[in-house]
Amino acid sequence: MAKNSSSPVKSRAAGRRSPLASVALIVIGLMSTGGAYALFTSSATADSSVVKTQVVEEGAKLYAANCATCHGLNLEGSGTGPSLLGVGAAATQFQVGTGRMPLAASGPQAPQKPAQFTDAQVNALAAFVASKAPGPAAPTAAQLTASNDPAKGAELFRINCAMCHNVAGAGGALTEGKYAPSLSGVSAKYVWDAMVSGPQNMPVFNDNNISPEDKANIITYLKYLDKTPSVGGYDLGNLGPVSEGLFIWIFGLGTVVGITIWLTAKSN
Amino acid sequence: MAQHDDGVTDGSPVDDHTAAGSSLEKAMPHDSGIAVLTDDLMENPGFPPHRPRQTDLDPKKDKRAEKQVTFLFYLSIVGSIFAVAAYVAFPIVPGDMESVRTNNLLLGLGIALGMLGIGLGAVHWAKQLMSDIELVEERHGTRGTDATRAKAVEIFALGNKESGFTRRGLIRNSLIGALVLTPIPAVVLFRDLAPAADPIPLLQHTVWKKGTRLTRDPSGTPIKASDVTIGSAFHVIPEGLNELDDKLEEKAKAAVLLMRLKPEDLHVTAGRETWNYDGIVAYSKICTHVGCPVALYEQQTHHLLCPCHQSQFDITHEAAVIFGPANRPLPQLPITIDSEGYLVARSDFHEPVGPSFWERQF
Repeated sequence: MAKNSSSPVKSRAAGRRSPLASVALIVIGLMSTGGAYALFTSSATADSSVVKTQVVEEGAKLYAANCATCHGLNLEGSGTGPSLLGVGAAATQFQVGTGRMPLAASGPQAPQKPAQFTDAQVNALAAFVASKAPGPAAPTAAQLTASNDPAKGAELFRINCAMCHNVAGAGGALTEGKYAPSLSGVSAKYVWDAMVSGPQNMPVFNDNNISPEDKANIITYLKYLDKTPSVGGYDLGNLGPVSEGLFIWIFGLGTVVGITIWLTAKSN
Repeated sequence: MAQHDDGVTDGSPVDDHTAAGSSLEKAMPHDSGIAVLTDDLMENPGFPPHRPRQTDLDPKKDKRAEKQVTFLFYLSIVGSIFAVAAYVAFPIVPGDMESVRTNNLLLGLGIALGMLGIGLGAVHWAKQLMSDIELVEERHGTRGTDATRAKAVEIFALGNKESGFTRRGLIRNSLIGALVLTPIPAVVLFRDLAPAADPIPLLQHTVWKKGTRLTRDPSGTPIKASDVTIGSAFHVIPEGLNELDDKLEEKAKAAVLLMRLKPEDLHVTAGRETWNYDGIVAYSKICTHVGCPVALYEQQTHHLLCPCHQSQFDITHEAAVIFGPANRPLPQLPITIDSEGYLVARSDFHEPVGPSFWERQF
């Protein structure tokens, strides 16, 4: 400051940073960044296990409040609900995330309805159930997009899924009021969950039966169906001869009858 | 017209004795044995009085109908042009299914309008503007005059005489022989489309045999017993099926559904104790009713539903029929494991798979 006031020319030279200052700055910056990184990462690992425990604890509370009446306080099951030991995170995510559980009323099968819990709560419940006994895990985002071959997926879908869920995934009837639900618009993670956990009367398709890549292919096929319009026009629910036959019976034959009456009627 | 008249006119009496109806009436005019008394014959009421149409009475309406018909024909022209324009303006882009739909829809609408316009216009024209005076057109007998008949016989006789068809027996008979044989190549060709071998043994056996590994459909990879967890359902083809020339024919008989139940849930009859492996059972997927693939497996109820006619099979009771038109349980494939832990067949099915056929022994 004193130099500045005494000589403006010198002050300009003194105002320029010394090369050493830059070096010092870089050193200080690197050290603080590195130190902070080390600090944050160590605290992050410590936090994650804490968070995990917290999530499981939250799940336990949710479970005790919402599920334990039927499934038992220790997931052992009761006369009204099956044991949940070993069903894994996948089954929990599917049943609770799609609103099938908690069950509103007993019936041939649990219907899909608006989910009662937030995604975070569903994950907490899944973590709790998975912490009690090992079971099929919920898919990771990477698993869901590991492979994208809709043709392979379609072939596997036709062999393994289409007999119940319809070749276009429109769903279909089973015995005694049970049914295979429509698969259009179902989230990829729930499709995966259903395959690995076999909810309700659906058989299990474990990773030894349909490999994880092929599961991703099947999901790719379902997504392809969702975003590919029906070439033949309005698909009438993709139910095949039932809905199409009903439509042509009522509207097609109706039109033919109407034209016939017009043809033979005497004009005024 | 009069010479062909066989008396089939609108009720007026005819002096023609060849008409069967009128001669019968004359023979038995009042026979009480005839249900319908001739006295009771309903008289031909004739036509109702002709009612002129609005278009006949009112020149304005006539003009309007004319305009309507013209409009319909113009509509047809618009439809045809629209179809071509839409086909050009909304082309099919390869790989884009939506473009296929748009193209088909607009093309179809245009062509439909083009044809409907002509059809509706023509009918409207006929109904509103063309003459609608009712007319009777007499129906004529088909018998020709005696002179025509005699002429026809003469032509045949002349043809026979000139060709020598009856006189030259050798030519005639060889021609008949040639005509009889011409369809023979077609018979041989079409017969050869049928399976060369006797179909009965083919229906009674499948490619499964002792030691054939159970493999996944469609990849053909073998299945370990440990892969089949409780509640699982595997769609199974025999090992090596994919390499066969008649793959589809064999698959239609050999397709199998593999399921794992808790061993205590299975009710095994005597003689079949070794057919399942630790609760893993394999059943033919071909329905015993009419051969649809039965694969709608419910893992909690252990029921197997056939989608075609709703036959239900209870897997816990060896696929016994519990509902529907099927008459026999699904045949069970006896299975075990080989030294490497892969599931293998103990033998072929012990009965023919699929629906009944005449020569079936069971």
